[in-house]
Amino acid sequence: MDLKVKQKPESNSKTKQMTMIQAINDGLKTMLELDDTTIVLGEDIGKNGGVFRATEGLQEIFGEDRVVDTPLSESGIVGTSVGLAVNGFKPVAEMQFMGFIYPAYDQIMTHVSRLRMKTLGHYSAPMVTRAPYGAGIRAPEIHSDSAEALFTHMPGIKVVCPASPYDAKGLLIESIEDPDPVIFMEPMRSYRAKREDVPEGKYNVEIGKGQKLQEGTDITLIAWGAMVTVAEQAAKQAEEQGVSCEVLDLRTLYPLDRDLIAESVQKTGRAVIVHEAQGTGGLGNDILSVINDTSFLYLRSPIERVTGFDVPVPFFSLEDHYLPTAKRVLESIHKSVNF
Amino acid sequence: MEEQFPIKKVMDDQGNLIDSSFEEKIDQELVRTMYYNMLRIRTFDRKAINLQRQGRIGTYPPFEGQEASQVGSALALEDGDWMFPTYRDHGATLTFGADMVRTFLYWNGRHEGVVPPEGKNIFPAAVPIATQIPHATGTAWAEKRKGTTNIALAYFGDGATSEGDFHEGLNFASVFQTPTVFFNQNNGYAISVPIEKQMNSETIAQKALAYDMPSVRIDGNDCFSVYFEMEKAVNRAREGGGPTLIEAVTWRTGAHTTADDPTKYRPDGQGEEIVHPLDRLEMFMKNYGHWNEEWISETKEKIEAEVEAAVDAMENSPKANPADLFDYVFEEMPEQLEEQKDQYLAQLKGD
Repeated sequence: MDLKVKQKPESNSKTKQMTMIQAINDGLKTMLELDDTTIVLGEDIGKNGGVFRATEGLQEIFGEDRVVDTPLSESGIVGTSVGLAVNGFKPVAEMQFMGFIYPAYDQIMTHVSRLRMKTLGHYSAPMVTRAPYGAGIRAPEIHSDSAEALFTHMPGIKVVCPASPYDAKGLLIESIEDPDPVIFMEPMRSYRAKREDVPEGKYNVEIGKGQKLQEGTDITLIAWGAMVTVAEQAAKQAEEQGVSCEVLDLRTLYPLDRDLIAESVQKTGRAVIVHEAQGTGGLGNDILSVINDTSFLYLRSPIERVTGFDVPVPFFSLEDHYLPTAKRVLESIHKSVNF
Repeated sequence: MEEQFPIKKVMDDQGNLIDSSFEEKIDQELVRTMYYNMLRIRTFDRKAINLQRQGRIGTYPPFEGQEASQVGSALALEDGDWMFPTYRDHGATLTFGADMVRTFLYWNGRHEGVVPPEGKNIFPAAVPIATQIPHATGTAWAEKRKGTTNIALAYFGDGATSEGDFHEGLNFASVFQTPTVFFNQNNGYAISVPIEKQMNSETIAQKALAYDMPSVRIDGNDCFSVYFEMEKAVNRAREGGGPTLIEAVTWRTGAHTTADDPTKYRPDGQGEEIVHPLDRLEMFMKNYGHWNEEWISETKEKIEAEVEAAVDAMENSPKANPADLFDYVFEEMPEQLEEQKDQYLAQLKGD
């Protein structure tokens, strides 16, 4: 059973089979072509095309002034992007890995996110900070963090996390066009995991809207990024055991698509929230509060959460133990259904 | 390093020109502009301290002693240029064109206080230390990309040079040759920590060597030295010559803020020998025929009246609007924030 409910692009443009990393590259290229104020900057993104090749070939087309190899300097990248953004440019800054965003956290927390509010709208820093995140690719330590909750907690910033090539390009374009700052999280594990049809040229996927990937009646599985695949695998196995799962891909982590969550949970009366970041202080708790606020009387069992454990993301020999798996999700599905 | 970076002066402590060639450059208009602005910001500063003591504004960080640095540097800017101040640089922002009522409002906890007048590029004061330095680099970079001759000026103190953003901002500026002037006010203390505990370098100017960036160490209490060295740096930036680091050696006469007691960390009598920049300018004016009692007293009256009127306007401004809590966080307000706003405003109405 495959009931993918996908937004179709407005244009009748041709499509091309792309991986997520190719789709991101194509999204950047599209916006660099369409808008001269777009400036892509980061470490190793120019000549080298980025450590994941997200910016491959872009400097050759758009030049060193628009696809900028910066010093190795995360706070400098975000801090100068603030200056560029208030002065008419649209910076798309790359953090090489989300685990290295922390030196820039000060700039994002004390300036990017609050500049608009503190100046009553006189200044703002609309910019996109791209950050490859997550475990599962056997990367060295620190390279595998999933730090969305640090940013969903931060007022004044939107947080986006695509799970598919199509959404990656459409959400990236939307993020670049958004008048507010956006943290754009890219699941490294999904960069080359699959190919799908991605339209050529410009199309947008709306920020703040999740997506129902699969219709179901017994329980709702809520995930984003690389965990969408895990949720889909668990749904498939549950299906074989007679449990009908509805799968939601949130796509935007702030602001949450509360209607999508409420509508689904009110129908199924049950939910499992899956995320790879640590559970305590994690976004799952905010999703729980959405369900509490909107759907309390519809619940047939307590909401389950399957998350990373409350430990630092480990070296890769342990990462498969750290990460939520379809097996763990399936156990929670059964626990919920048999409550 | 002090030999390599001697403190440059135009006039000595007694207001005598060290280099007589400056006599021509320092015309009456410049002298009066300098005096007017320095007296104006000192009057503002002393008023603000009094207002805080009376509970009429919040905690306030005085800049007395740094008037020459702030006025001399701000006067070298033109409309179209960008200013990135810290919380102790409202003397500079007022000189550049910030509104005095709004400046008082800022120190009374009001967001309206950071909104600059139309056409004036004055960034809100950075409260975290050194974070404004990369902003000034980025904004100057944007001006360079647009092909203008506008420049960006970043203010920061001696303590800020210990922060990572100082390095990151200067390094970017050096790599991309942005038209930025990094104006350091070395006032001897970062709250309670003296410069010799802040760094093991003799000067701040020498730090520019690491970036292959021009730098100069100046007497920050000599308004003319500040003005003319700033002018050089600004011109260099405008002409595509890239960034400059200026170390203005000055002195914070008072406390870090009205909540601070400097007697806890400053030896008795320290800094008392320093001639106040405004006294120094007065001596210069007397020495070189610029002293005009009538103009001075008119100027004082005018400033007193302006400051009093600004205090009145600050105290009579409408109360902070609770909707401002919500309305500017995003350009497009998320639904969940809208709900919080509606609920809270309805609750307020009910009270």
